[in-house]
Amino acid sequence: MCRLAAITSDEYFSPMENVLALETMKEGHDGSGMGLMLKNLGGEFEELKEYPILSGICSQKGIKLLDEYMDRLGFKLKYVWSPKLRYVKGIYPRDYYFARVYDYPDSYKDKSMKEKEDLLMRTRLALRAMGESDESIVVFSFYPDVLTLKEVGDPLELAEFFSLDKSDLKAKIIFAQGRQNTNYAINLYACHPFFIQGYASMTNGENTAFVPIREFLMSRGFPGYIGYNSDSEVFTHILHYIHRQLRFPLTYYKDVITPLKPSEIERRPDRDALNLIRQSLRPLCIDGPNCVIGFTPDGTCFMVQDSKKLRPGVVGGIPGKYGLMSEECGLDKVIPERDRSKDVFPMKYEMVIIPPGASEVKVWNQLKGEFVTEEAEVLCQV
Amino acid sequence: MPGVIKIREDFNHKLSLKEFPYIVRWRDDRCKRCGQCTAVCPVQAIVPSVKLQRVVESEGSIPAPVVRTKVIHIIEQVRDMERYCTGCGTCTLVCPNEAIEPEFNPQHKFYHYKNKGGEPYKRGGRRNDPAPSTLDRIKFTRISMLTDPALDAGRHEFRVRTYIGRILPPEELPLKSDNGRLVVDLSSGKFIPPVREIFPIMIGSMSVGALSPHMWEGLAMGVAYLNEVEGIPVVMCTGEGGVPPRLLKSRYLKYFILQIASGYFGWDEIIHALPEMVEDPAGIEIKYGQGAKPGDGGLLMAQKVIKLIAKIRGVPEAVDLASPPTHQTKYSIEEAVAKMIQSMSMAFGFRVPVYPKISGTKTARAVLNNLARNPYAAALSIDGEDGGTGAAYNVSMDKMGHPIASNIRDCYLDLVRQGKQNELPLIAAGGIGKKGHLAANAAALIMLGASAVAIGKYIMQAAADCFGDEYNRCNLCNTGKCPRGITTQDPKLYRRLDPEKVAERVVEVFKAAEVELKKIFAPMGRSTELPIGMSDGISIDDKDMAERLQISYVC
Repeated sequence: MCRLAAITSDEYFSPMENVLALETMKEGHDGSGMGLMLKNLGGEFEELKEYPILSGICSQKGIKLLDEYMDRLGFKLKYVWSPKLRYVKGIYPRDYYFARVYDYPDSYKDKSMKEKEDLLMRTRLALRAMGESDESIVVFSFYPDVLTLKEVGDPLELAEFFSLDKSDLKAKIIFAQGRQNTNYAINLYACHPFFIQGYASMTNGENTAFVPIREFLMSRGFPGYIGYNSDSEVFTHILHYIHRQLRFPLTYYKDVITPLKPSEIERRPDRDALNLIRQSLRPLCIDGPNCVIGFTPDGTCFMVQDSKKLRPGVVGGIPGKYGLMSEECGLDKVIPERDRSKDVFPMKYEMVIIPPGASEVKVWNQLKGEFVTEEAEVLCQV
Repeated sequence: MPGVIKIREDFNHKLSLKEFPYIVRWRDDRCKRCGQCTAVCPVQAIVPSVKLQRVVESEGSIPAPVVRTKVIHIIEQVRDMERYCTGCGTCTLVCPNEAIEPEFNPQHKFYHYKNKGGEPYKRGGRRNDPAPSTLDRIKFTRISMLTDPALDAGRHEFRVRTYIGRILPPEELPLKSDNGRLVVDLSSGKFIPPVREIFPIMIGSMSVGALSPHMWEGLAMGVAYLNEVEGIPVVMCTGEGGVPPRLLKSRYLKYFILQIASGYFGWDEIIHALPEMVEDPAGIEIKYGQGAKPGDGGLLMAQKVIKLIAKIRGVPEAVDLASPPTHQTKYSIEEAVAKMIQSMSMAFGFRVPVYPKISGTKTARAVLNNLARNPYAAALSIDGEDGGTGAAYNVSMDKMGHPIASNIRDCYLDLVRQGKQNELPLIAAGGIGKKGHLAANAAALIMLGASAVAIGKYIMQAAADCFGDEYNRCNLCNTGKCPRGITTQDPKLYRRLDPEKVAERVVEVFKAAEVELKKIFAPMGRSTELPIGMSDGISIDDKDMAERLQISYVC
């Protein structure tokens, strides 16, 4: 089972905090990969928030191809960040790890964010296709204020490899996953978190409904719904589809991936809509054990469980800094000063949502279709 | 002797028992000559007979052999192809001494001879092919074990349900957000098609008329019990030929799919009952074809058209009721499908899913693509070559039609290419449970892309002990002489069948099937929704089949 460590804060912090949290859960990942995704970047990126950042890995040949392609499209390179690599036994360095900040082509400067997002995604997909056969170009994200690092190896060793402990790299939202490879090949594109147009998610589980979901997404006619080197990538794309494409409020993500039973739907005030959703989005219903942690473009973070709550997951912290982890020890490492009695362990009907700025933890109850306060929860338990 | 003309019997044109499909094994030493077997034989293939027998006997203490000629009484098999033993085994059932039993003869030449008077062989049943079907070769190979915990079929909650009805694509849902909550936007004027949630195994179309009153009643009672008591929403299709009037006006109608076929039998009565219906039916099935006899119409023979049947169907008694091979008022797919679906939808106020049923065919995808563009089409039911029937030409049954597995797969993948795999449910039928593996065959079809499956022959075998099998056993459904009382309108025969027992078995069959489906889905980690199109979960032990079905090959 993979291990998850997400932190959202109103202040910048180092990804080392996530890595150290993963380290406390070390027995749960096998070094088959770590993914780090940083959103709301600080440091040298703070002044570049409106410009898209292309994150990836290239070979010597690949970077030439990439530069030529980006030039041809009219993207202008503004800033380049690369991790300082250190030799670590067992980690095989690739030629060039990068986060390159670009300015939009002139023709796109006055276009809407939606059009810009489509351009960025198309560009990322084209680069991916160019380098996929020989791994000369591997790109993880291309979006403003989002940076991604991925590599095969143990998280702590990778942090050393990337010199994260000595780096100024920091952000207000950082997701990290230590991968336990199960049934798919060890591949950088199979490494969580996954990203598409401002949406990201990571998971610790197995999505047994993967193939019908993949077929449904791929047949939506949206070019970004490709890849799927991991069965968990569909969770990110479902999030994008529900929230961005269909414009459903975020809580309906839970209603789509783990729909209520008909008798339960009848108790919800929005039952008419839910009944239609349940039918029309039946192929996006997930199965298997999964705890999903994700963020949306505005910086809202959330955690949901599969319909049987077969995976661990905990959310806790203090106003201004919350962690969403697969295990409590991770939370203890990152925010030891919190009141542990207020930790939330979302069960099968709950969706934990932390608004941008990490001011509070909100728990949305699927049975009721509304956010519940702590007091109400206590009453429910009584 | 001069002057005497010898009449020599023509042995040369006599058939030997070796030509017959079943040879009756009768044991002289066990038989008490009660005559029950000959009385009960539906085809009079056995008769009591008297023979002269030469025996050598010796009485007394010293051997003194004496030759005597005795008159003996035997049970003899008739060597007339018109009275061939069908192998049904009713004789064995009634014999008090286990003295008689038909035995299949694999060397038979039955088909060579069964065309007397130039009349081809007609029968009931299904394709006479005892080989394992493609469905029976499919294995469920993706087992969640150490990578992730498997589910527990006995403890976890499972949702073994499906939909029939046209499902709107998510992009077209008339929803709007109101304070973080979605509501149906009634001002959009968008038509929301009717959708029914059902158990994924349904009882396929078998008419009142083809089935005996006791059989039909037993099935209907079983279905009602499953819905009302067990909470398993099994639906049953009426077949062509109407519905008993009392049922039309009862609240149980919601468990029945009414079928309309090219003879339109019973529809005058159904339409007239519309104002008195208290519930809508589960659906309307428009029959364009049947897997057992593609391109052939229906026929209910005069001897089955008794008073009750005549009343339900709205026809005179004792006349042959032929449903033509095609709907005579239609001349093109657009006409046949679109107009008919719309007319039937309108008749029920657009509150009932209406879908066509066709026989398995290479042209299924053309029909499918037509339906995919028709917003009123609620599903497509495809009946494969192993589907059963009450009456058909043997050649139609044995040689015509398309296997269901690849037909369903092709159609599903076609829908996937169009992104409509969830909009138009596919119902698969034909040979499900042929070898007794009802749940496994159903699950295989679901994972190939079917939303639901329909069974006919299987439920007759499992619930009413139908003798029929793929060795042409019995298969007398067309003659009205069904020895089990399943497909007959002869009260002497159907009184043998207890409708209560049929209902009880129907309930048992579906309850067991639900458990078995869970036993399949649980180790595969599927419980929240039916694994429609979960093709990575199945494999087959034949490379060509694997390639054709786009599933993995295992050995």
